[in-house]
Amino acid sequence: MIQTIASVGLPIDETLMIKKNRLIPQSGLNGNEKRISIVTGTHGDELEGQYVCFELQRRIKENYSALKGIVDVYPALNPLGIDSITRGIPAFDLDMNRIFPGSENGSMPEYIASKIIGDLIGSDVVIDIHASNIFLKEIPQVRINELSRDVLVPYAKLINVDYIWIHSSATVLESTLAYSLNSIGTPTLVVEMGVGMRITKNYGDQLVDGIFALMKELGIWSGETAAPKTPIISEDGEVSFINAGSSGVFLPSVEHWKNVKKGDCIGKILNPLTGEVNETIFAQNDGIVFTLREYPIVSEGSLIARILA
Amino acid sequence: MEEKLLFELDSVYRDNMRIKGFSFGKGEKSVCIVGATRGNEVQQVYICSQLIKIFRQLEKQGKIKENKSIMVVPTANSYSMNIAKRFWSTDNTDINRMFPGYNLGETTQRIAAGVFENVNDYEYGIQFTSFYMQGSFIPHVRMMKTGFENVELAKDFGLPYVFRREARPYDTTTLNYNWQLWETKAFSVYTNATDSIDVASAREAINAVLNFLNKNEIIEYSCHQGYVSQFIEGHTLVNVKSNVSGIFIRYKDVNTRVTKGDTLAEIIDPHTGLPVDTIKSPVNGIVFFHADQPVIYSQAPLYRIIPTDDLY
Repeated sequence: MIQTIASVGLPIDETLMIKKNRLIPQSGLNGNEKRISIVTGTHGDELEGQYVCFELQRRIKENYSALKGIVDVYPALNPLGIDSITRGIPAFDLDMNRIFPGSENGSMPEYIASKIIGDLIGSDVVIDIHASNIFLKEIPQVRINELSRDVLVPYAKLINVDYIWIHSSATVLESTLAYSLNSIGTPTLVVEMGVGMRITKNYGDQLVDGIFALMKELGIWSGETAAPKTPIISEDGEVSFINAGSSGVFLPSVEHWKNVKKGDCIGKILNPLTGEVNETIFAQNDGIVFTLREYPIVSEGSLIARILA
Repeated sequence: MEEKLLFELDSVYRDNMRIKGFSFGKGEKSVCIVGATRGNEVQQVYICSQLIKIFRQLEKQGKIKENKSIMVVPTANSYSMNIAKRFWSTDNTDINRMFPGYNLGETTQRIAAGVFENVNDYEYGIQFTSFYMQGSFIPHVRMMKTGFENVELAKDFGLPYVFRREARPYDTTTLNYNWQLWETKAFSVYTNATDSIDVASAREAINAVLNFLNKNEIIEYSCHQGYVSQFIEGHTLVNVKSNVSGIFIRYKDVNTRVTKGDTLAEIIDPHTGLPVDTIKSPVNGIVFFHADQPVIYSQAPLYRIIPTDDLY
């Protein structure tokens, strides 16, 4: 059942609508069902979640009788952004994931944010799917604020990701959807995977397998599920960042999600004007490259890779 | 005047980006003034350029007080300004959401760090900045409630209003907030223009800064003393919205007295030309902010009004 959870009139004969699709058991609801919510499309250039929303529903519909709870799918929290290939909210140039929990009396983005929060409250679990940005490629991972680790890590272990990153708390992140929901008792997992403006089908399939495993654990799904893989779990101290020291064109020498040793060449920053190498970048420690630069043009400071020790 | 290179960003495809500071006077670091951190803040650059011109004259005339120094940073984001973009030219991040910065971090974190390490040890910090929504304000000094803010000192600008609001999580990475954490007495000055030059409003802001510096014995300058500033808390303002979208025809400007029931604006159907909403003032008061985009979304905040009794 498709529902509109927020709507705002646009100036010329158009209504902005935030929609969800609710799937419920064929036998109807008795009021005791568990509810999982899948949200994505907060950033208009992150598309990996679009396939997940499709594939999850396709598989449910293939075996509808196994559905024992409520599945709410919100494919586009920022539909104008997705449609116009804009990361933020068009016209406001505003990062939607910095305005939660929003305000009923605020501007259009804040009003929508408050409606989204209002609709998600009460979910037993929310999965907020992100896809990095156009610059970096990420392996499927869950990112958890250390304040919520006790509640969220057990759920995160079920959703078949490669990695769980427990990061320190930062005040600025208190404006995210996930922080806002977790702080009011709605457990919310942030998934990062793939790269902006692209869909990595095998990552999507992997996450959908995991969502079914989690749904089975919650009693929402009674069908067969694959056993989730055991993720690596780490904290900030085990992650090192490699940033560009100069500008130019980055050409990687390593593969994503592969081991490197200290001193290995991560890649080179090339100067197409002079034909020279501006910088050769080396690994500072042994580890596995879980984030790798995808967009070739870099400036001084551009993130090149993250390595998990 | 001494011109200092505060930060330089190399580029393969463009000329390097240089962030410059212009210093006047010698001695203790008294006041730092920062202009545009976003590419559309041309009014802010203009105001800084005019202040630099004035400080240059004052320095020649020996009117910068002994053992006081002033630095002006007109812009920290010329790259975006040169390509007519509000946020950072490549990744669209906001430099004014990157403070105090990190010199080993991402590009805009490095820019913020490069600026902050040069501006963080002044006694006073003044930033000319802009609001995320398109619109006009009564010129005012804006502060966040951090526990370090000083409302009485803000009145020394002599602008009509000193406005204070609660800090939100995303404010904690602004220049103003971090200045305060580093014990600089920080103020944000808002004029009623951003991406265009409003000379009259700029003059008012320039006068306010000179007034402040004169009252705090940093310069010797005789000028109009401005207003006895009124202090207002953000939550006391009355927000006026429309439930419908369309063409926004505005009838009341900022700094206008309105009476409950006055028509502030009309929303026109863009196809039929018929009014679909008439926006009335819910209170007696003074218009503090109005939106100024030609077309509006439903739920858009159109006016913010300072409520007054105004019984006559």
